[in-house]
Amino acid sequence: MIEFRGVTKQFPDGTIAVHDVDIVIPPRKTTVLVGSSGSGKTTLLRMINRMVDPTGGQVLIDGTDVATVDPVKLRRGIGYVMQNSGLLPHRKVIDNVATVPLLRGESRRAAHAHALELLDTVGLDRSLADRYPAQLSGGQQQRVGVARGLAVDPNILLMDEPFGAVDPIVRAELQQELLRLQGELGKTVVFVTHDIDEAFLLGDQVVIMQQGGLISQAASPAEILAHPADSFVADFVGADRGKRALHVTEVDGRRVVVDADGRAAGVLAS
Amino acid sequence: MNLFLDAFAWLADPANWTGPGSIPQRIAEHLWVSALVLVIASAIALPLGALVGHTGRGREPAVMVSGGLRALPTLGVLTLFGIWIGIGLAAPVIALVILAIPPLLAGAYAGFESVDRRTIDAARAMGMRELQVVGKVELPLGMPIVVGGIRSATLQIIATATLAAYIADEGLGRFIFAGLKTRDYGEMLGGSILVILLALVIDGCFALTQRVVVPAGVRATRTAELRSGPTRSRTIVGRPNTEGNQE
Ligand SMILES: Nc1ncnc2c1ncn2[C@@H]1O[C@H](COP(=O)(O)OP(=O)(O)OP(=O)(O)O)[C@@H](O)[C@H]1O
Ligand SMILES: [Mg+2]
Repeated sequence: MIEFRGVTKQFPDGTIAVHDVDIVIPPRKTTVLVGSSGSGKTTLLRMINRMVDPTGGQVLIDGTDVATVDPVKLRRGIGYVMQNSGLLPHRKVIDNVATVPLLRGESRRAAHAHALELLDTVGLDRSLADRYPAQLSGGQQQRVGVARGLAVDPNILLMDEPFGAVDPIVRAELQQELLRLQGELGKTVVFVTHDIDEAFLLGDQVVIMQQGGLISQAASPAEILAHPADSFVADFVGADRGKRALHVTEVDGRRVVVDADGRAAGVLAS
Repeated sequence: MNLFLDAFAWLADPANWTGPGSIPQRIAEHLWVSALVLVIASAIALPLGALVGHTGRGREPAVMVSGGLRALPTLGVLTLFGIWIGIGLAAPVIALVILAIPPLLAGAYAGFESVDRRTIDAARAMGMRELQVVGKVELPLGMPIVVGGIRSATLQIIATATLAAYIADEGLGRFIFAGLKTRDYGEMLGGSILVILLALVIDGCFALTQRVVVPAGVRATRTAELRSGPTRSRTIVGRPNTEGNQE
């Protein structure tokens, strides 16, 4: 379990990126931080592995304040998938995936063998192992990034807009892949996006953030749709419009669900 | 033209190729002095430049110091140290070290600075210690530029090491000063030609090294960028990372 207690981050230039945040991130579930650009999602995420230190409050992992943990040790135990993959350009795919296990002192042979398995896990062909990041497509790079994040079998996986840089089709594919993986692995995933659809698709818990690092609502997608905390949330999730404003109409004795534009979305199961 | 004939005659004279003060001996001395200077200057300038490039701090003083050192006339420095320390190798070595520090320093910090901040951030986020970030990420990626600095320093050292002969019995400069004294312009020009050839050969070696040290993955990046046409995104160097704090 990850817990934010009254966490504030003010950067030296005075910017308050995160303001007095309390969140509980349950274990083995996916929590999605969603909000517009500059709302403090990345800052919040990076406080978990101490890439950013809070200026107020505490971040706890399983009850331990991360401020008391050596940052290097902490980071080697947490998977982190970055936007634009963050792969090391001078290392082959296999070495990128094996980076952290090698840092932790695993033998090269074991680390490489495991890295190959991880390529399978994330749906990459093993023949790509000897390529360099620049020789991969954006989607492939993201998969390598995910494989690298999983390489130390971490309990916690941080993902910062991991699918932001790929086209919608590949993105949908990667999302499904992540859902499958999460079903198998059951990690504590903290996922950052500014796409509310992605948040609702992937999140067991969705945390909606607004400018100034304030949390508007943290709840399951269903709860957020049912009871948006305020008009900002309602507006942000688009609860009252488009494909989310669904109505039930009766057609030949069956109850059909249609959206605001009258397009059929599905049939109510009896 | 006559002068060149004299120079080639001098170069071709077997008597100049054996015994004490022969061409091979002077070349060896020249290389030895140059290497000594390069090692000393590198030991000072490379770690300092790496530190500046790694931390992004102290860039201004570094630029100022190297600018200041660059402005010093080497012959003047040499004379000064010669008068101060006396005849021998110490004065020219010091003068040459001063000459070599600016390009080495500039190459080192430019090399370290050139590494994409996001790559460094990723390395740190994976749990690399600072020294590992330096050794496993910044050094290999910045190496071509660092070697470029070493290359231009070496070229300057070899060319200027002729001045060592001004104050010490060392190096190819001996031929130039001796020729000047005895008005043996063949010897003088011959000596100069040797210096130039030596500099060219060594520079060629460095040109090769500079290519070899480009990491294969980075070379792949270049072809990938060529493939994807003119919309080549330039790496922004030396900007502070905007996402999160740096230790
Ligand atoms: N190192 C820094 N120094 C100063 N201000 C910063 C720094 N990093 C982030 N900020 C500021 O903090 C705020 C939150 O930034 P953050 O990167 O957390 O936003 P974000 O929600 O991840 O945005 P995006 O969706 O664009 O990635 C922004 O106003 C940003 O400008
Ligand atoms: Mg962000």
